[in-house]
Order: sequence, then C-alpha cells, then structure tokens
Amino acid sequence: MGQIELSQVTKGFGDVTVIPPLDLRIEDGEFVVFVGPSGCGKSTLLRLIAGLEDTTSGRITIDGRDATDLSPAQRGLAMVFQSYALYPHMSVRKNIAFPLKMAGVPEEERARRVEAAAKVLNLTSYLDRRPGQLSGGQRQRVAIGRAIVREPKAFLFDEPLSNLDAALRMGMRLEITELHQRLKTTMIYVTHDQVEAMTMADKIVVLNAGRIEQVGSPLELYRRPRNLFVAGFIGSPKMNFVTGPEAARRDAATIGVRPEHIGISRDGGDWKGTVGVAEHLGSDTFLHVTTEHGMITVRAGGEVDAAHGDTIWLTPDPAHVHRFDAGGARL
Amino acid sequence: MARRIPTARKTLTTAAAWTTGLVIFFPILWIVILSFKSEGDAIAPPLTMLSAPWTTEAYTTVQERSDYFKHFWNSVVISVGSTLIGLAIAIPAAWAMAFVPGRRTRDLLMWMLSTKMMPAAGVLVPMYLLFRNFGLLDTRIGLVGVLTLINLPIIVWMLYTYFREIPGEILEAARMDGATLRSEILYVLTPMAVPGIASTLLLNIILAWNEAFWTLRLTAANAAPLTAFIASYSSPEGLFYAKLSAASVMAIAPILILGWFSQKQLVRGLTFGAVK
Amino acid sequence: MATQHSRAAARLMISPAVALLLIWMIVPLTMTIWFSFQQYNLLYPDRTGFAGWSNYVYFVTDFRFAPAIRNTLVLVLGVLAITMIGGILLALLLDQPFWGQGIVRLLVLAPFFVMPTVSALVWKNMFMNPVNGFFAHIAKAFGGQGFDFLGQAPLFSIIIMVAWQWLPFATLILLTALQSLDREQMEAAEMDGAGPLSRFVYITLPHLTRAITVVILIQTIFLLSVYAEILVTTNGGPGTASMNLPFLVYLASIVDNDVGMGAAGGVIAIILANIVAFFLMRAIGKNLDA
Repeated sequence: MGQIELSQVTKGFGDVTVIPPLDLRIEDGEFVVFVGPSGCGKSTLLRLIAGLEDTTSGRITIDGRDATDLSPAQRGLAMVFQSYALYPHMSVRKNIAFPLKMAGVPEEERARRVEAAAKVLNLTSYLDRRPGQLSGGQRQRVAIGRAIVREPKAFLFDEPLSNLDAALRMGMRLEITELHQRLKTTMIYVTHDQVEAMTMADKIVVLNAGRIEQVGSPLELYRRPRNLFVAGFIGSPKMNFVTGPEAARRDAATIGVRPEHIGISRDGGDWKGTVGVAEHLGSDTFLHVTTEHGMITVRAGGEVDAAHGDTIWLTPDPAHVHRFDAGGARL
Repeated sequence: MARRIPTARKTLTTAAAWTTGLVIFFPILWIVILSFKSEGDAIAPPLTMLSAPWTTEAYTTVQERSDYFKHFWNSVVISVGSTLIGLAIAIPAAWAMAFVPGRRTRDLLMWMLSTKMMPAAGVLVPMYLLFRNFGLLDTRIGLVGVLTLINLPIIVWMLYTYFREIPGEILEAARMDGATLRSEILYVLTPMAVPGIASTLLLNIILAWNEAFWTLRLTAANAAPLTAFIASYSSPEGLFYAKLSAASVMAIAPILILGWFSQKQLVRGLTFGAVK
Repeated sequence: MATQHSRAAARLMISPAVALLLIWMIVPLTMTIWFSFQQYNLLYPDRTGFAGWSNYVYFVTDFRFAPAIRNTLVLVLGVLAITMIGGILLALLLDQPFWGQGIVRLLVLAPFFVMPTVSALVWKNMFMNPVNGFFAHIAKAFGGQGFDFLGQAPLFSIIIMVAWQWLPFATLILLTALQSLDREQMEAAEMDGAGPLSRFVYITLPHLTRAITVVILIQTIFLLSVYAEILVTTNGGPGTASMNLPFLVYLASIVDNDVGMGAAGGVIAIILANIVAFFLMRAIGKNLDA
C-alpha cells in the first residue's frame, strides 16, 4: 500500500513562502513525477513527504493515517538521493543491509534480503566493494537497492539521474520504469528534466514557484496544457508563442504552436521567414526561422535541405494551435 | 597532465628545501647531540663538542634528580584525559552546528572561540582560589578539567569544519533508513569522520601536552606534568647544558614521535576550514 | 533545513558545550571583577574592604603598564609578520616537487611539537647565551663577540623563539591551502600570459586569503597570552623591555601579592583582548563564510 495525500500543505522558511497551500493525492502504485524549473519547490515538496522537513501547516496522510508529525523513520518510505548518499565507510552489502539493521531484522534474514536485492539489481559481484570503488551507475543501483530491501510503502527519488552521463541516464531511466512495473509500489520522482517526466510518469505534477500548475498524464499535458507555463515547459523543443495581431486574429492574447505542428514550404504559407540556424539530426531537422512574429522553431521530419539565409514559408496546423488569454490560461 | 620538471630545477628546489628544513629543525637536533655529551664538553665550541665522546650520563642524572616517569605519566593523563572528555562534549555540539545550522550558529562558534581570547592571567587569582577551596590544587583531575575547557572551543571548531564537509544527505539517508539520532551519530557520522576526529584528537593532545600556563601555576609536586618538570631547569645551577638538553629531549620526545608518526592524520584535519 | 524534532535534538546536543563554556567564562570573570574592586593584598591581610577604582588607577598608572601594552602588540604583530611571510615562502617552496618531501615536511613540522618552556630554555641557554651559546661560539670563531640577545634585545629574542614555534603551523595550513589550488586555473592564467609573479599576486594570494585569515585568528588567540616563554627567559626584563600584559598581571597578583590590583589588570587584559577579538572576528567571520 502507498497512498499519499497532502491537504492544504504549506511550507515557509522564515518570511519566505516556498509552498503556498497545496493539495495533492497520489494513488497506490502510481508513478508520479514532480517536474518544474529549479527553485520551484519540487524537492522541498518531496522532503516534506519524506519527513525531512516540517510542514508549516496542513496535513500529510499516508495510507489514510496522519503522518504530519511522524519522523522520517516512522513513515515507512524510502528515498534515493541525488548524490546517492551512500555510506562511504560501509561495503555495498552493509549499505543495503543498513535499513534492515536499523529495523532490527535478524542477521540471516538480512543476508537473504540483501542477496535478493543485489540479484535484482545486478550487484551480486560488487557486494564487498566500497561505494568509492563503484561507477556512477553502480552507485545509483546500490542506492536503489538500499531503498527496495525495506519494502517501503513508496519510493521517493530526488533527481536521481542528474549526476549520470547521458547514455547511463537513458539506461537507468528504463531500469527504474521496469522496477516500478515489477514492484507496483508507489513512486514519487523529482526531476527538472521534462523528458524524464514524459517517459516515466503515470502522472505528472508540474510545479512553478511552489504552486501546482497542472496535474495529468504525460499526453494530457502535451495535448492540453492548462496555461502558458505548462505549455512552455512540456515538450522539446519548446512550443512557439506568438502574440499580437496573429493571436488576435484567433481571439486570443497568445497562441502557441509546437515545432512539430508547423508545415514548411518554399512557395507560400501563413508566415514568411528566413532560416537562421538549421540543425540536422538525421532523423529530424530543426530550423530556427526568423519571421515578422519573432523567432519560430520548426521540427521537420527527416532530412530537409535548408540552409542559412533561405527564405521559407511556415504554416501552423490549425488543429494544433493552442490559445491563451491575457492571464496565460488556456481558452 | 603532468609536465616534465627539469632535473636542474628539481635539484635546486631539493637543496633549498632541505637547507630550510634543517635550519628549522637545527635547535632540536642540537639538543639531541648535546644531551649525549658530558657537561664539560657541552659548553665547548661546536667543533670540539662534536668530537668529544658520547655518554648517557646526563640522562641518568636527570632521572635521579626528578622522577621523569611520574611527570611523563601526568602529562599523558592530563592531555589524553582532557582531549577525550573534550571530544565527548564536542562531537554532539559540532553535529548540531554542522547539520542543524541556525541563524546564530556562526555567532555561537565565534563566541566559543572568543572565550579562548580571555587571557589566562586575567582569571588566575579566582581560579587559584577556586582550586584551593575545592581541594583541586596540584591534582590531575583539576588540570584535566581546566584543559578540557580551554581546548573545547578549538575541538568544536575543528570538528565543525570537518563535519561540514560531510554531505547532509548521507545523514538524511540514515534517517530515512530508520536510524535514530544515536545510531545516526554512532554508525554513520562518527565512522565517516574518523580522519577528522583523529586529527582533532592529535592536535589537542599536543596543545594540552604543551600547555604552559595552568600546568605551571596550578601544580606543585604531585600533578606536575613535563612542562613543570622542564621549568625547574630555568634557574641554572653550575654546568647544566647536557642535563637541560637531556631533560628537554625527554620532555618533547614522546609528543614529537607521536606527532611524526601521525603526521598525515594530523595535517589532513589541521585546516580549521581554511581550505574549501 | 531541518525539522522541529532535529532542532530540538540539536539544542540538547549543543547545550553541554555551551553551558560549560558559559560557566567557564562567567564564574572566574565575576570573581575577577569582584576582586578588582576590593582591597586584597596577601601581604597586608588586615586591609580589606571596597577599593573603588583605585586598583584600576594603580594598575594603569603603574610604570610597567604602557610598556606592557606596547610589548604585547609588538610581540603579536612581530610573530604574525614573521610566520605569515615565512609561512607563505616556505609553503611555496614545499609545494614544488623535490626529493625527500616527506622528510623535509617532518623537519619543518617539528618545532610545533616542542613545548614553550623547552623552546624558551633551549633558545635562551644553548643558542642565545652570550658566552657558551651556539651563536656566541660562531661569532667567536669569526673573531667577534658573543651578543647578549636576552639582555640587549629581549623582546626581539622572544619574538624569534615564539615565531620558531608557530612557523610550522602557518606553513602547514598555507601548504594545504596551496595544494587545493585548482591546477587548471593556474594553467589558464599561464595561457593568458601571466608571469610567475602575476600568477602569485592574482591567483595564489587570493586563493590563500581564507587560510591566511584562519592562521591569523588562531595565532592571535595564542600569542595574546604568551607567558611561559617570558617566565623562563627574561621575567619581563631587563626593566620592562620584554614585559607583556599577561606577565604583568601575573607579576602584580602573584609576585607582588596584590590580588586586587592583579584582578584589575586581569579585567583590563580581558577588555583589551575582547576589543581585539571583536575586530578580528568581524573581519574574519566574513571571510570564513564565503
């Protein structure tokens, strides 16, 4: 079980309010990702759930039980830290066994569960090494191992992949998703990387300045961003925004079009522009086009023959034009 | 990465470094030599002295005059005792300052250090009277108490700067793993901080071993450590260079040897947060 | 960054240290202040009672007071100057690659382990003695005369002794700081065309600021209360030539048996030390934060 509910939770440091009143419900077995720019309060929110910080006001319940005043140890959650936070003076085996030792699990049972966790995570041959002798990815797995042996109600991940290089990050992303599918335990995952959010989450919580901007499945957020912030944050490359007469023509203060929803033509279209930088990735081509409505990024499939200085015409796909009012809310 | 260093330059540096090192070390080397000469030879010009026969008679005389081992033992008890008690008080305090810092943490640390600014001479009389009234004069326990107090700020500061380098996330991980505060400090923080604690321990043993105000003023015969043992040689009687050298060597040798052997540990933590 | 629970624990954990130091500060201090307003001379036990400010007046107008203040400052500043300049030069030298680094480091470190009484006695007798001291022997070998260091230049001699003891400390901390200097920064400066001197002034020295601050702070704490070195060498003399404040307080209260005046001196010493401490802490607290 691992159902977590936050009601009217706030957090302030001195006079600074980091999290204004916030409500959130996380269902048992869900993979929830908190995403937002740095400083948006996502890590603080995770630490509030973990019990590493006190809430200023509000209630946190875990499986229906009030956990607001429980110490981290009593909440039955496990956490994987950004820096892995392995105990450098203990072997991998002792690191993984530590939570069991603290819980007073008998020696043989401990050994059995450590072996089992190590097997799942491919760590069996490293059990007697120190964390200092492991690579980044292996350390990450040890940290996960330490979390899973306790069979927690939920896993909390605090930007666990940000210290890994790109290739490893992709591998670990898959491993964590797989782990979730196998264990079916609630996972709460904090990241600033919207790609991680989109690929891993059942449910994404987009945070900005401590407020929840939108909660929804990855595709909901992609298709129907509730406001300008979410629209700009989800999706890569970023959605193009156009204001002024072009927006007014569509009865909006701002319109947004994703780069993949813009057609290009040499002969004619809605917006005329000049190609600035053209990024050829092979599978895609990204064109950065200067138009009278500002810089527009276009994603063209496959190899497109366009070079710096070329004049082209852009046409947004009317079915995929997002409209926003003056306050930034979706129309 | 590394560049080749011209041998000529390295030779030059070697010569300069060794010369400086030997000049700095020279006074110690000199008394070691003098201590193995007879009194008559010890005052002779250096070349005559060096070629004179070697003897251990100075050491025998010193040991007959005052019981070296008693003073040695007093020094050990006082320096080790005050350091261990100091550590026991300072580890929790440094944990609190490093991992639960408040707005006033730095002020608190500075205040602690400022107590060390209080000139010992300024409170000598009251301390003397307090010691007399509590029957602590010339006792080892009294000195252990005073040295614990005067070195406590340094111990707290050293541990604090060392603890601050330990990522707080690791202690939080322990908390998430269900560790109580006691287990957190005992199983996670302390083992991780062993190098820092060792270096703090060593530095404070050295400071306490060499402390020469309270140890001179608050002891007479029984609890006098080596600082007092050596101070008794300050009024010369006849020829005494060899004896003074022997006594000096005996007073500094234990701590010098300890310091040399533990040099790595000592130096590693001896930064007071000066290196970031 | 913590919870109520851990803050409460922190207060509990820090309280023994704070309580002990508070007692250590307050009890003797209160007693000293009390005595400083009393007539209390062990030679005249019948004269007691409230003394008003007279103890302070006697202490401040004592002919030894002004020299003691001056000598205290000269001693602190002199030793700081020698150990800082010497320490930086030595650290730069020891940071270079050379053969036998380990042994040289041990040699340089050694004086730090020598207790002040030993160091003072050894310098006084075996080196600075005008007849049989090492320096006198050297002078005589070249046809010169032994120089009476402690008679002619007592304060200077004591500065040398104390500086010898503290040089290793300064060197070590500065060396450690030097070794933590990012090599790439140096290489970048070299690529930018900075010569060795500019690199020292613009890169090395700023990098050492923090270490220098720490060395000054710690050394000042210890140097303000230099006592044993004076006790076993000059006893403050000749005259008042090497008298510092701690030693004068000691003389007044123990040798002259005037507890009241000694206490007044103690209070003055504490006030002066706190003024120094205040400025030092303010200057240094900032540096330690960064």
